[in-house]
Amino acid sequence: MDELRKLAKELLETSAVNIVIGYEEGTAGKTRAVFVEKPEDTDRLLFDSRCIQNLAAYVTKREVKDKGRMAIAATLPVMRSIIQLASEFQVSDDSLHVLGLTPESRLVEFKSLTDVEKFVHQYQIEIDANYKGKLENLNKLTPSERWKFWIDELTPCFKCYACRAACPMCYCSRCTVDFNQPQWIPVPSHELGNFEWHFMRAVHLTGRCIDCDACYNACPLAIPLNLLTKKMIEDVKANFGGYQPLLKGEHLMSTYKPDDKENFIQ
Amino acid sequence: MADFEPKIVAFVCNWCTYAGADLTGTSRIKYASNVRIIRFPCTGRIDYMLLLKAFDEGADGIMVSGCHPNDCHYTSGNFHARRRWIMFRSLSDFMGIDIRRIIFSWVSAAEGARWAELVNSTVASIRELGPYDDYKKIAKKPLMEVINNG
Repeated sequence: MDELRKLAKELLETSAVNIVIGYEEGTAGKTRAVFVEKPEDTDRLLFDSRCIQNLAAYVTKREVKDKGRMAIAATLPVMRSIIQLASEFQVSDDSLHVLGLTPESRLVEFKSLTDVEKFVHQYQIEIDANYKGKLENLNKLTPSERWKFWIDELTPCFKCYACRAACPMCYCSRCTVDFNQPQWIPVPSHELGNFEWHFMRAVHLTGRCIDCDACYNACPLAIPLNLLTKKMIEDVKANFGGYQPLLKGEHLMSTYKPDDKENFIQ
Repeated sequence: MADFEPKIVAFVCNWCTYAGADLTGTSRIKYASNVRIIRFPCTGRIDYMLLLKAFDEGADGIMVSGCHPNDCHYTSGNFHARRRWIMFRSLSDFMGIDIRRIIFSWVSAAEGARWAELVNSTVASIRELGPYDDYKKIAKKPLMEVINNG
């Protein structure tokens, strides 16, 4: 923690970066995001096991980007998000300096995003066994039982879009759900709109979600909406192989193979 | 149930299946009239949201069809579409949409007779499944009731 503060201070003092994104003590025993612009404020930074928010959601925000070069305290999921964002041309070496916090709580200062990518690729994206069990149980149900399950689970959703705000991959300045001509998704928190919103979210994150659970953690009603993205991760893996964010290379859902399986096409 | 006539929406590409359906007509082949055809430039243009909208509007079944692989007018539109369909089907199934009601197929401009067969078999299978009540329960009409009656 002291190391992180020292490094952040150095970076701000030498003007290597203009802003450091990290965690600070919040309320009710929780941590929250902090944006440090002055070297003397770096004492507010902290890092411990409570730091689960995905800070990569901020690096595409206008208000943060406008400050200039950023440094970010990045746990493994944050680093994965950054690589995915870089592959989508949302961040680059010029705009971002990554202070990696490894799963062993070591601090690593990365020289470039290529180094971050190398580091990230040491770890596979694996769905937690507990969630795998939940997915299997749902797969065992009949379609109409699953329909009932989702309609019931999604009914309390009042479309606060906290899941969208917390997700680093949801950076579109105008989201499909905000369109009103045509109105793709009905606004009231009614079953139809709720169903379509969560369906749409899962489709848009297919092949991009890096399984950080930020959406689920942000949901005020603890709707298990991360089951949808986890299911998509499992199925993309099963159908198209490798699942890792890549700086260079094809995005899984905007490419194809001539021999993609088509056992369902008549 | 006996007099249930399924409503089927067909999303087809301009270059193959639409021309194929045209050939069905010019060949004077008779087929079920339950299908409403919507013409797209390419299967790659068929957005998954449009399929959901068809169910919202009361469709009991959906057909999606375009050029056979390697025959796409735009070289790879159908390949891209196929990859999206794979994931669309798996998500739909996971969220409980009855995927037996969504028929994907390749029909070329020369397969007029096949189009007639495909429509007939789709109508028969949807007729057996009955109206899509699950989706109709949450679709447009109840929504308008919510808006109007609070």
